[in-house]
Amino acid sequence: MSCRLGIVSAAMLVSGIAALAGHAALAGQAPPAQSATPRAVSGATPARAWVQPRTPDGQPDLQGFWSNSTYVPLERPNAVTKAFYTPEEAAAIRKAAASREQAQTAPGTVDDVHYDFSQFGLDRSQAAQAPNLRTSLIIDPPDGKIPPMTEDGRRRVAEREAATKGVGRWDSAESNQLDDRCLIMAGAGPPMMDAAYNSNYHIVQAPGYVMILTEMIHDVRVIPLDGRAAPSERVRQWMGTSRGRWEGDTLVVETTNFNGKNPFRNSSERMRVTERFRRVSDQVILYGFTIDDPSTWTRPWTAEMPMQKTTGPLFEHACHEGNFGLYNTLVGARLEEQRAAEAARTPKK
Amino acid sequence: MRLRIGTWTWVAALAAGVVLVSVSVVSTQQPAARAYRAPRAPDGHPNLNGIWQAMNTAHWDIEAHSAGPSAVRDLGAAGAVPAGLGVVEGGELPYRPEALTKKKENLADRLKLDPEIKCYLPGVPRATYMPFPFQIIQGGEHVMLVHEFAGAVRTVYMTNQTEAPADSWMGWSNGRWEGESLVVDTRGFNDLSWFDRAGNFHSDALHVVERFTPRSADTLLYEATIEDPKVFTRPWKMSMPLYRRVEANAQILEFRCVEFVEDLMYGHLRKEPRKQ
Repeated sequence: MSCRLGIVSAAMLVSGIAALAGHAALAGQAPPAQSATPRAVSGATPARAWVQPRTPDGQPDLQGFWSNSTYVPLERPNAVTKAFYTPEEAAAIRKAAASREQAQTAPGTVDDVHYDFSQFGLDRSQAAQAPNLRTSLIIDPPDGKIPPMTEDGRRRVAEREAATKGVGRWDSAESNQLDDRCLIMAGAGPPMMDAAYNSNYHIVQAPGYVMILTEMIHDVRVIPLDGRAAPSERVRQWMGTSRGRWEGDTLVVETTNFNGKNPFRNSSERMRVTERFRRVSDQVILYGFTIDDPSTWTRPWTAEMPMQKTTGPLFEHACHEGNFGLYNTLVGARLEEQRAAEAARTPKK
Repeated sequence: MRLRIGTWTWVAALAAGVVLVSVSVVSTQQPAARAYRAPRAPDGHPNLNGIWQAMNTAHWDIEAHSAGPSAVRDLGAAGAVPAGLGVVEGGELPYRPEALTKKKENLADRLKLDPEIKCYLPGVPRATYMPFPFQIIQGGEHVMLVHEFAGAVRTVYMTNQTEAPADSWMGWSNGRWEGESLVVDTRGFNDLSWFDRAGNFHSDALHVVERFTPRSADTLLYEATIEDPKVFTRPWKMSMPLYRRVEANAQILEFRCVEFVEDLMYGHLRKEPRKQ
């Protein structure tokens, strides 16, 4: 599956670079200093007149398969002081990152049989990936860093760390990571962050609704566009509840009612995420999000990344149904404890 | 006054009874009023967009059945099985003899074997009539069926149709419009999902053809023809109405049940027994 996507993705990447040549921010010319509206980002003169595709009922057409795979980190690395790399710098960084990913498995080892990153298309370089010269996904604050935490936020981080202290990852299913439990991927969001692999999305629109399906764990959001209010605060969900509206040709989605169990960068369940989707070419949706969580950060912050068109389909990601890994690690952990206990009882010769 | 309330209660109860009986009859006997023409979606096809839900006991048993006790004693009446008149046309499933034996074993050992209990993807057609809503999102190239239970999603390919690339829980669906009906042809199933809580099952040879036909502004007729030569001696069909969730704020909510079954599935592998 991944292999197949990978092959297709390589072709998409080449066409993606060509299609993006005209985009100022993505290409690094005239970078906007502040939180840019999609129009500003896509404001360079395109090579040819591009017409926003529309659905039969007149919405901008965001439908299809998209990837947000990227090597650009959320926060700007400490050593970097500029907002954009040159195309040469970006290419070199990309090459190095891909080779680091591929080096995770050495040929001929057990790891290699399990996860050969290059063969199975698990490294990001084989995904459809929109070129992005940014040095960080965060565009506001301008330093590309998550703003300082509030006292509340720091206390919550400490409490979360204390709660897991002394608990082994394989003590129980519940003490394992959310993704290993097939509950939800850390980056499922919102906001939607790229995963290590399979960072693929399927968007389908009908009058009054936009559906976004994430390949990983078939996480899905059906976003109503009818202006309804968020539900009662008692309704808490892993992915929150999303409400959308069109502002011009930009889809704006506001999400609240998180349950706080998959906190994005240590956010609280009171986080409000405002996402913006704007199709800027046949090949690219510019995706941006603003995080507003006054109980965690001293100010709101905003990130932006292009989503690259890719070819479908998405395959069924029945994660929980085939979760032999979780079962086997728990069995293995109990067996090791048992052996250790037996060894301790056996008198040393 | 008391008398009056009593009288009205009786009238209401009778009226409700009539409605219930007629609903039951419609669900298994009569085809929908074919004269109904659905409002059109912007692309000109019948508009099936909406949040839909079955209102019957097929999720307990697609065949006709009496009420029965709960499989879990502590759940008492809350876990008991409500009776149902069945949704299978002709009444009985045409099992091959050895398959009927397996069906009975499934039922007898349901708590261990029913994939629903483990929060596994529900398969087709079971997803349609579980006691949870699902939403139809009718795009041009893809019609999506988004189910609340386990967040199960089906993609119906209206264009670029291919054979199933691999077996899966929810199958591989190709769709087409036939007059007022959305017809969905699904193959490529694994042999792990069931039809209901009564142990009715299929093999990986399952082939389902579903028809979603608007029968009024707020109801669809759902028909599913089941073909599985490894399990059944002939194709058979189920049908039932689906009802629109007309609440203004209706939406598919999360039922991410994996965390609700972890203790059941992996609790015996905990390092320390669970704190009560």
